[in-house]
Amino acid sequence: MTVPAIQVEGVEKHFGGLQALKGLDLTVEQGEFFGLLGPNGAGKSTLINILAGLLRPTAGVAKVMGHDVVDAYQAARMALGVVPQELVFDPFFNVREMLRFQAGYFGRGKENDAWVDEIIESLGLTDKAHTNMRRLSGGMKRRALIAQALAHKPPVIVLDEPTAGVDVELRQLMWAFIRRLNEEGHTIILTTHYLEEAEELCSRVAMMKQGEIVALDTTANLLNKFAAKNLRMTLGDQALPSSLQAMLKQHEGNTYTLALTDMHQVEQVLSELRKANVAVEDMQITEADLEDVFLSLVGGA
Amino acid sequence: MSLINEQTRGMYTLFKKEILRFWRVAFQTIASPVLTALMYLLIFSHVLAGRVQVYDDVPYTAFLIPGLIMMSLLQNAFANTSSSLVQSKVMGNIIFVLLTPLTYLQFYMAFVSASVVRGLAVGLSIYLVAIWFVDLPIAHVGWVLAFAVLGGALLGTFGIIAGIWADRFDQMAAFQNFVIMPLTFLSGVFYSIHSLPPIWQTVSKFNPFFYMIDGFRYGFFGKGDISPWISLGVVTSFLVILVLLSLKMLKSGYKIRG
Repeated sequence: MTVPAIQVEGVEKHFGGLQALKGLDLTVEQGEFFGLLGPNGAGKSTLINILAGLLRPTAGVAKVMGHDVVDAYQAARMALGVVPQELVFDPFFNVREMLRFQAGYFGRGKENDAWVDEIIESLGLTDKAHTNMRRLSGGMKRRALIAQALAHKPPVIVLDEPTAGVDVELRQLMWAFIRRLNEEGHTIILTTHYLEEAEELCSRVAMMKQGEIVALDTTANLLNKFAAKNLRMTLGDQALPSSLQAMLKQHEGNTYTLALTDMHQVEQVLSELRKANVAVEDMQITEADLEDVFLSLVGGA
Repeated sequence: MSLINEQTRGMYTLFKKEILRFWRVAFQTIASPVLTALMYLLIFSHVLAGRVQVYDDVPYTAFLIPGLIMMSLLQNAFANTSSSLVQSKVMGNIIFVLLTPLTYLQFYMAFVSASVVRGLAVGLSIYLVAIWFVDLPIAHVGWVLAFAVLGGALLGTFGIIAGIWADRFDQMAAFQNFVIMPLTFLSGVFYSIHSLPPIWQTVSKFNPFFYMIDGFRYGFFGKGDISPWISLGVVTSFLVILVLLSLKMLKSGYKIRG
């Protein structure tokens, strides 16, 4: 039996009267590409900061590769690479120096330089290796941050909203690189606001709301469980028959979106419409996405 | 190089980074304080030489130099740890160190060692320039080194405490201008406290900077306002208190870990 990459049991974090995490339980196995979703203030960053040792849990236990983040913090931090949300940098050094320092803090010496060069190349930073961090563009700083998190070759990598404000090209490059790391056996934990991103990349997803996990499942199951398909119809002048109101998800002008739990319902919808003599001008069936799941769980509804 | 192993490399790397951090801007961190000290030397020796005589056989200009060296050493040791910490807190890049397995003790050692190196570099530079102009023999090199290293460590440690406490640059500047500057200037850099009125002599004896400077000066001339052993005792006691306080702050994560 292998130890989980991340194990969180009953973790609470209070800031004064505010309860940022309310007894969280979460296990992420090694090799997973795991998504942590939720609106601002849901507690994603708090959880990550506890794993990283930047915050201490008020209660509960958190482990990285089996090492307690408080009692065995050295081993836990050795196993973890964190890409912080903010674009922080040290203005005194260039990219290669920073990466070597970062590896050095973790006890890595010259034998690690080849790996540092590999990260620099994979992230497209070769031209900038000798450029001072201060002179890098925002996108390049973001790449350097990812590189810094990887400098000591950690088995578990946490990315805290890495694509906020990043252009499409860089996003593609980043994801290709992180996918590769995942294929090579690294566990990836990603927090993001971009649901398509999580849908495309993550095999499992936790959705957080106000310090709690409100959904935790494989991405596929979540999509199946909540509003598997959407039926979008443009009707004639008449309104939607009252018998169909229960399925209504969205309504704009005479365009109605109904949530379907399975395809047999299409027939039912059509017969109801016929009964009420409502003409259908257009009809479309679309796959639900994580956004639907997200909204139904986390959103105002 | 067997001292550098997996366990100590992290600390050594942080030490090296802190050294490079000031060395990259050596014009500001070394050359500028050296120039300032030499300006003091030029002006004060010009104005006061012949009027002030502290020890019978020591010209005022020679008397002044150890005080200026120590003053600059102390101020720069303080500046190194405090500015590095405040800057990395404001910029946010302190996170890169906080994410590592470095212990709080290793963090302390790396920061303070680098600040001692900067203090010594500034002090030695002033000495090397000054001896071109002034005859300045060293009576007891051991006392000189002991007070230089202890004083640097004490102010480096003080800088850690101030750097952790201050959240903004202006708070740090206030600390520097309202605490460090008065303490250094009122410590006998430019005079012997025996030349002061009794009340100020007593006040000076509560200033730890006085003991650092007097002990350091004793190393040059073999004489001082008080015994170097007393100064050593006072400086060491202050150092121990500040080390314990700073380690307590670092261990608890005060203001740097939530």
